[in-house]
Amino acid sequence: MAGTAVLGRVTWRAAKVVAVHDETATARTLALAVRDWPGHVAGQHVDVRLTAPDGYSAVRSYSIASAPISDGRIEITVERLPNGEVSPYLTQEVMVGDELELRGPIGGWFVWRCEQMEPIQLVAGGSGIVPLMAMIRSRRSAGSSAPFRLLYSVGGPEKVFYRDELRALSNQGDSVVITYAYTRVTPKDWPRPAGRIDAPLIAMGTWPSTLRPTSYVCGPTSFVEQATDLLIAAGHDRERIRTERFGATGERK
Amino acid sequence: MAIISRGFSGRRIPADAKLPPGQYLTTDFPVLSAGPTPHISLDRWEFTIDDGSNVLKRWDWKSFRELPSETITTDLHCVTRWSKLGTSWEGVSLDVLLADVKTDLPYAMFRSYGDYTTNLPLKDVMNKQAWIAFKYGGADLEPEHGGPARLLVPHLYLWKSAKWVKGLSLMPHDKPGFWESLGYHIYGDPWREQRYSEE
Repeated sequence: MAGTAVLGRVTWRAAKVVAVHDETATARTLALAVRDWPGHVAGQHVDVRLTAPDGYSAVRSYSIASAPISDGRIEITVERLPNGEVSPYLTQEVMVGDELELRGPIGGWFVWRCEQMEPIQLVAGGSGIVPLMAMIRSRRSAGSSAPFRLLYSVGGPEKVFYRDELRALSNQGDSVVITYAYTRVTPKDWPRPAGRIDAPLIAMGTWPSTLRPTSYVCGPTSFVEQATDLLIAAGHDRERIRTERFGATGERK
Repeated sequence: MAIISRGFSGRRIPADAKLPPGQYLTTDFPVLSAGPTPHISLDRWEFTIDDGSNVLKRWDWKSFRELPSETITTDLHCVTRWSKLGTSWEGVSLDVLLADVKTDLPYAMFRSYGDYTTNLPLKDVMNKQAWIAFKYGGADLEPEHGGPARLLVPHLYLWKSAKWVKGLSLMPHDKPGFWESLGYHIYGDPWREQRYSEE
């Protein structure tokens, strides 16, 4: 596996919350204006630090959802975990005007760069859509014509992040082909019953392996294990599959 | 210096839990890997030690499992900030594997199925500090956690404990492995919070 750039930027920066937007009943997007933001590549994450009045602090990593546009503003989307320490604060307490601390961008492996021209297969499980959305937005902002497909496995229609933006994208001509897979509840008259991803879905919702796409798979561990096993069984080269997993308490997204 | 987060109190860890700076406790076992999980059959598995040009030692699964093993109870610290305390493993000490290897080479690059690599000073894997582990919690190590066998070097961040390990190459000089080439620290001591290369 070839390495890419070293991106361990470790300075803590002040970040002001400039907008909040609920994606679902349990997930919220925060737009942050970051002082001296150095820019990022789609797929990277940031560390967010919260500090209590007595000095106690907690840090968690969140994927960046926004395209790398150099206006010093980034977006993260946070899914609230039932027993989370940081995610309930970021999804329920934080208001426009609040300041957080943030460092990054971090990560040089699970990234898509706009020089990449090969077909791209994105596979998201639940909130694993976040770094993949950064790639989709990055493709658009760079004017790239790299062929993109997204297979998005999600509990039900009400759990879909970025719903309107994805719908608008899939209605455009030269764009991203999106396949939804619902694991618990489907929309009315949906052809496929609710369930986990399987081989027929991979066959229908992903590029054929003969096109040699690069695949990015992000989601909970069990989802990533299953999706990558199915991709490999469908003939995809394991060297061309990049993954990012998060555990039940990982609070990665 | 730090910005106070209005309305944030956080969840404190019990005073008796000793964690490296910036870590939080978890009771489950999250997984972090860069790519697909390799599934390695035991009849194909082997572990080799080389010096960059010659293979010095080689074990297949049967001869590896005939080596004396130990049970290890240890804390784990992942660079993604979770720590898990009191985990229980069984494995073969690197002291056993390196017992009759005569070398002046001071560094090792551990190699895995799936092409992962990680670098370590040889002194960090000797003297009861590192094992090739094949059981976790009394059961065979699951593939997603690195089975059939992984390196366990618990005094460093967990990315150093290479999953699906298949050998080590002795080296005259330190050289970055996979994550170390991608901005993570060359050594990775959690107690000194050596997460990224600039720390």
